[in-house]
Amino acid sequence: MAEVQLTQSNWEDEVLNSNIPVLVDFWAPWCGPCRMVAPVVAEIANEYEGKLKVGRLNTDEEPEIAVRYGIMSIPTLMIFKNGEVVDQIIGAVPKEYIVEKLEQIL
Amino acid sequence: MYDVIIIGGGPAGLTAGLYAARGGLRTLICEEKVFGGQILMSYEVDNYPGFPKGISGMDLMDNFIKQAEKFGVEMNYEGVKSIEDEGKTKYVVLSNDTKLSTKTIIIAAGASPNKLNCPGEKKFTGKGVSYCATCDGAFFRGRPVAVVGGGDSALEEALYLANLASKVYVIHRRDQLRAVKVLQDRAFANKKLEFIFNHVVKEIQGDKFVNGVLIENTQTGELSRLEVEGVFIYIGMTPNTKFVEDLIKLDEDGYIIVNDRMETNIPGIFAAGDIRVTPLRQVLTAASDGAIAASCAQKYIEMNF
Ligand SMILES: Cc1cc2nc3c(=O)[nH]c(=O)nc-3n(C[C@H](O)[C@H](O)[C@H](O)COP(=O)(O)OP(=O)(O)OC[C@H]3O[C@@H](n4cnc5c(N)ncnc54)[C@H](O)[C@@H]3O)c2cc1C
Repeated sequence: MAEVQLTQSNWEDEVLNSNIPVLVDFWAPWCGPCRMVAPVVAEIANEYEGKLKVGRLNTDEEPEIAVRYGIMSIPTLMIFKNGEVVDQIIGAVPKEYIVEKLEQIL
Repeated sequence: MYDVIIIGGGPAGLTAGLYAARGGLRTLICEEKVFGGQILMSYEVDNYPGFPKGISGMDLMDNFIKQAEKFGVEMNYEGVKSIEDEGKTKYVVLSNDTKLSTKTIIIAAGASPNKLNCPGEKKFTGKGVSYCATCDGAFFRGRPVAVVGGGDSALEEALYLANLASKVYVIHRRDQLRAVKVLQDRAFANKKLEFIFNHVVKEIQGDKFVNGVLIENTQTGELSRLEVEGVFIYIGMTPNTKFVEDLIKLDEDGYIIVNDRMETNIPGIFAAGDIRVTPLRQVLTAASDGAIAASCAQKYIEMNF
């Protein structure tokens, strides 16, 4: 499944009202670790197709959402279930660490 | 069986990969986090030759990755848990417990930033505490921040933050900086920077987010508080050698001891970059080490197989 580009206008539909859990990757173009984390997130999107939605939110273009969720450090990966934040991972971490967190909630 | 497995995808590992693959070796790089290494955290690299205007760490590493890929390096996102030496055949054990066999190993796992280990540091990581000004600086636009440390990285990042923050305190435990002179000159000339010498951070304070740091005067023991919303920590690095310490000879600080061919105490196992004992730890020297290690690994294979 392709990753969804998230914006203020589709946030509610794609994240809050999603019927499967959503992994949101908060990133920005000037953030080196964010760019390098993208392929890991893409791998996860493929491996969990159908079970997990993966979305990316550019904090430069969508600062309101970044502020709403208290983002002060990127990359941040947030896991949403039924519209609620159930877990978050701050900074570049090993893929297995992300997978472990996902397995706990899926 | 691989000819060479490289542990770590920073400047040293990517350059070793480029040289090994270009030399026709079957080469794999294992990277536990993200390809590019520490330099991804740097906003501008202005001492890597060939880029007179400077280049961001991210763009530089994009180029390193592309160039290694061009020669057919295999890359995976797996951390290495341990290595084993059975003479001619060596094994690399991945975090998913796969065991790969190889003729040679190049350890290029770099170093990780030291923590302050004070109350509040862990709790507020990502909520005001950061180890990457390039990543997080923009969230502190117009707000006061502190940088902890007195070396090159601390000053480079303090100068970067001065473009965004309303005020940058530089807290250093000694009475003078360790950074190179050109950086010191720029830092002392910058009006947004305020130096607080002879102080250490005792606690990072806040509610949901950081709102201050408690600092202690190392001479008098006096405590005071600085109102800041961000704390950026640059107090040195520790080499990532825990996973090889049983096998590989280290110095007292945990860095790998190598000779001028980047050979460790075990034949066929090499080390390159920030992880080894060396007087200078930079992208250029890491890349240079990687090239030497790969080329010597190739000679080792020619002689032994
Ligand atoms: C803020 C900052 C600014 C800097 N500015 C400059 C500058 O302007 N110019 C300059 O030349 N240098 C600069 N440096 C230094 C430069 O980044 C390093 O010297 C260089 O990155 C070292 O490269 P390396 O490949 O040896 O190690 P690293 O860059 O540390 O890469 C090692 C890689 O190995 C991975 N790894 C670790 N353990 C394992 C494992 N068990 N299994 C698999 N993978 C593993 C890590 O995730 C990492 O990606 C700066 C450093 C910092 C932190």
